[in-house]
Amino acid sequence: MANLTTNFAGIRCPNPFWLASGPPTNCGEQVMRAFDAGWGGAVWKTIGDPIVNVSSRYSSVDWAGQRMMGLNNIELISDRPIEVNLREIADVKKRYPKHAVIASLMVESKREAWHDIVKRSEDAGADGLELNFGCPHGMSERGMGSAVGQVPEYACLITEWAKEVARAPVLVKLTPNITDIRAVARAAKRGGADALSAINTINSITGIDLDTFTPRPDVGGLSSHGGYCGPAVKPIALHLVERVASDPEVGLPISGIGGIGGWREAAEFMLLGCGTVQVCTAVMHYGYRIVEDMIDGLSNWMDEKGFATIGDFRGRALAKITEWKHLDLNYKIVARIHADKCIGCELCYIACWDGAHQCIHLDAAHYAHIKPADLEAASRARIAVTPIAKLGTPHAAPSTTPPERIPHVDEEECVGCNLCWLVCPAPGAITMEQVPVGKQSESWHQRTESHA
Amino acid sequence: MSHASASLRPAPAVPRNLEQFPELHPPLDPQSAIAEANRCLFCFDAPCTGACPTHIDVPRFIKKIASGNLRGSASTILDANILGLSCSRVCPVDVLCEGACVLHRYNKKPIEIGRLQRYAMDAFYAASGGVAAPFPVPPVADRTQKAACIGGGPASLACAAELRRHGYPVAVFDNRAFPGGLNTYGVAEYKLRPSDSLREVEMVRSLGVEFRQADVGVSVSLEAIEEEFALVFLGMGLGAMERLDIPGEDLRGVIDALHFIERYKTAADFAVGKRVVVIGAGNTAIDAANAARRLGAEEVHIFYRRTEREMPAFGFEFAHAKLEGVRFHWLAQPVEIFGRDGRVTGVKFQETSLSGTHAGGRRKVLPVPGVFFECACDMLIPALGQSRLTGLLEHKQGLEVSGGVIVVERATGQTGNPRYFAGGDCVNGGREVVDAVADGKRAAAGMIARLGARHG
Ligand SMILES: Cc1cc2nc3c(=O)[nH]c(=O)nc-3n(C[C@H](O)[C@H](O)[C@H](O)COP(=O)(O)OP(=O)(O)OC[C@H]3O[C@@H](n4cnc5c(N)ncnc54)[C@H](O)[C@@H]3O)c2cc1C
Ligand SMILES: Cc1cc2nc3c(=O)[nH]c(=O)nc-3n(C[C@H](O)[C@H](O)[C@H](O)COP(=O)(O)O)c2cc1C
Ligand code: SF4
Ligand code: SF4
Ligand code: SF4
Repeated sequence: MANLTTNFAGIRCPNPFWLASGPPTNCGEQVMRAFDAGWGGAVWKTIGDPIVNVSSRYSSVDWAGQRMMGLNNIELISDRPIEVNLREIADVKKRYPKHAVIASLMVESKREAWHDIVKRSEDAGADGLELNFGCPHGMSERGMGSAVGQVPEYACLITEWAKEVARAPVLVKLTPNITDIRAVARAAKRGGADALSAINTINSITGIDLDTFTPRPDVGGLSSHGGYCGPAVKPIALHLVERVASDPEVGLPISGIGGIGGWREAAEFMLLGCGTVQVCTAVMHYGYRIVEDMIDGLSNWMDEKGFATIGDFRGRALAKITEWKHLDLNYKIVARIHADKCIGCELCYIACWDGAHQCIHLDAAHYAHIKPADLEAASRARIAVTPIAKLGTPHAAPSTTPPERIPHVDEEECVGCNLCWLVCPAPGAITMEQVPVGKQSESWHQRTESHA
Repeated sequence: MSHASASLRPAPAVPRNLEQFPELHPPLDPQSAIAEANRCLFCFDAPCTGACPTHIDVPRFIKKIASGNLRGSASTILDANILGLSCSRVCPVDVLCEGACVLHRYNKKPIEIGRLQRYAMDAFYAASGGVAAPFPVPPVADRTQKAACIGGGPASLACAAELRRHGYPVAVFDNRAFPGGLNTYGVAEYKLRPSDSLREVEMVRSLGVEFRQADVGVSVSLEAIEEEFALVFLGMGLGAMERLDIPGEDLRGVIDALHFIERYKTAADFAVGKRVVVIGAGNTAIDAANAARRLGAEEVHIFYRRTEREMPAFGFEFAHAKLEGVRFHWLAQPVEIFGRDGRVTGVKFQETSLSGTHAGGRRKVLPVPGVFFECACDMLIPALGQSRLTGLLEHKQGLEVSGGVIVVERATGQTGNPRYFAGGDCVNGGREVVDAVADGKRAAAGMIARLGARHG
């Protein structure tokens, strides 16, 4: 059985699954229930001088009938007094000494303000401090959040202020709303940060009401850009984590955030070097209970792979990311369609014709290389002879795909782009297979070097 | 056989409440419609479209539901099938579009195309009040030749709508109180209500189609029609139901299935028997039997002279009837109907057996000599199929009638007489609404080609 106990930059916890700073960590009662459900740590909803929120606050992107593929919010930091938050932190720590409680902090860009909040948080018993340099909305207009995180010098300076008094590890939470995330990661490192959290939310407008023309969320007929998160942002988060993790100038532990909803995403962030992961949207969607399968699924996967601890696989994928110029130009794959698994939807055919390289054909029915429009016209013309359905036939559809609906690939023309394989709904109907080209592997870099 | 033992148990009671005929396929709510629409793969050159006799572009209308473009979805449907509303409710989708869905070969549950179509149609009729034309209709040019459609059923409605959309003036002649043919008077109540059929008729009227109530051949002669109209489409459907031709058929309480269905659908005070016997096992027999159950008959028995294997009804109709509590009895044919004081009290049956398999043909029914039994009932519903209705055409030159149905060229609906086209039940011998619509549409195209050719 895999061992998930974690020591992240000196912060110990039963497992690497933390709640990210947000509504699920608003108060002590919630955090205690989360720990009961199995979460290993919690980053408290950002503490600072209490703010006033608006309603509404969230909007989302639904996709293909699924809710909340992406979530957007215009909520600010905690609306509760600092003392109340700190008292509850103390209470939680008393009852859950083995779990990690990290105080997320955001105050005015003044040295005394930061000194004060850091000391009080540590007095309350916080195991770590996360400096929120990331929120892209609202607070940034007041010179906080991403207004700090977008300027490396500010980020460095405030990290220094925090470190001047902090005894617990200091994490700096990075904003993705910046051209090169490494600039701020390096600045945090210079300021003395012990670890990084990445990413905070991405500037967004999720959608516009087509009746009122007001973008969502609607606050009395007006809206404001918000911060985007949820499953949709995972690819962006993975990329930014990779940028930071592979930067030799940074070299700090990373707590991965962005679109994590299950153990698979967690494993992906860890393979790119993260020591813990944080979750917000998925918990807002389904509740604390999702952690059960995150723990169970990750342990089972680790057992299957023979990993005893997270350290055994952390960062393993980093070496597999390189610059494009080092990729092998002589590696060739082609698509192969397996008639026994094909259900005859012809999506690969239209995808390759309209979106790739016109090398999937439906010429089993003896018309050679028929183009999509001609195929449609031929079908339309068949209305004159559409047979009357037979009485008593249970299904008009044969249980095997009619041969004329099974496409095939012209392997000479196929460039191996993967598109057909990506669109095919039938498992195993298309495989991408390597074909020998009879040449040594050669990258663009090697080719241009040797010609130089 | 499982149904045989089931038939021994008392049938479950049908609650006689406000809605005796809750719909067989209830509407989808918006959330489920979108979820179902998103399940559709959006196949290219989709096989579901090819399996629809009217070639509705199924993935196109489904994706428009998913995108929230319900108006576009409805136009897509109506463009191919002007009776998209009734078809969405009455089509045997298992053997049509849904039967061809590729998902049968994938995760097995096909897309609920019929219910999605209904969703788009309901939205269309709700938005327009049921009478707005779904597409612009060109005005009629004065010199344009006119077309007449005989019969006001699905075939004629489809033909008339298509002609009108292409700018031709057209009149529909129907001999019933309301047009719509069997859509209005025949199809089971839990599938399609007369009011919905009539909404469709109103929509066709809104395209500019003229409706005339007349019994062609009786109150108006074909010759008179030929004088006014350049081309004629024949969509008269089939005739009355065949008679049993056994003693007692004129007793009260003996009512053929079509009359029975028509009466219960349109007469408020219609009363069903307590113990009902239905003769025959076609879809119409099943519709009548189910209706009798829902109207409160305590027992409904279907007798068929062959077996379940030869039964002409669709498998899902058979399954549905068993759920309704209808009991099936095989290998028996009626020989006499008994009565008291002019009312039916029972039927005498003779057992039958089937001959060995005929090469290429159906097994023959052989009465078992001397083996009879009786079944008491207070209502008897023969459902032997409809007679062929072609007397009207006997003297039309060139018009060929074979086996009681009109012979046409499939692609154009053209009969042997250049001025006559035909489609629907009177051509195919009695099939589905959608087949009648497809026939009407094809014939309209044939007629337009012909009228166009004349204009040179
Ligand atoms: C009980 C029953 C249930 C059915 N259930 C289904 C079902 O669930 N699904 C399905 O798809 N199909 C069903 N059908 C079949 C379907 O109703 C028919 O295939 C379809 O209605 C045929 O259309 P049509 O236009 O050819 O004829 P019809 O619908 O029969 O219309 C013909 C019309 O012409 C009129 N007419 C006839 N002669 C003249 C004349 N001389 N002058 C003027 N008018 C005339 C008739 O009165 C009638 O109104 C059912 C049929 C029956 C009998
Ligand atoms: C396979 C692929 C190749 C692309 N190549 C280019 C490119 O060469 N130049 C460019 O400006 N954008 C390129 N794009 C980006 C698209 O133009 C577009 O900005 C992007 O895909 C976002 O739009 P969409 O996701 O809505 O399609 C490419 C996108 C894809 C998916
Ligand atoms: S891999 Fe790309 S090019 Fe090759 S068949 Fe598939 S879609 Fe076409
Ligand atoms: S996409 Fe897949 S299932 Fe569909 S036709 Fe192509 S190979 Fe067959
Ligand atoms: S066959 Fe099924 S999945 Fe494909 S387009 Fe038709 S309904 Fe959709």
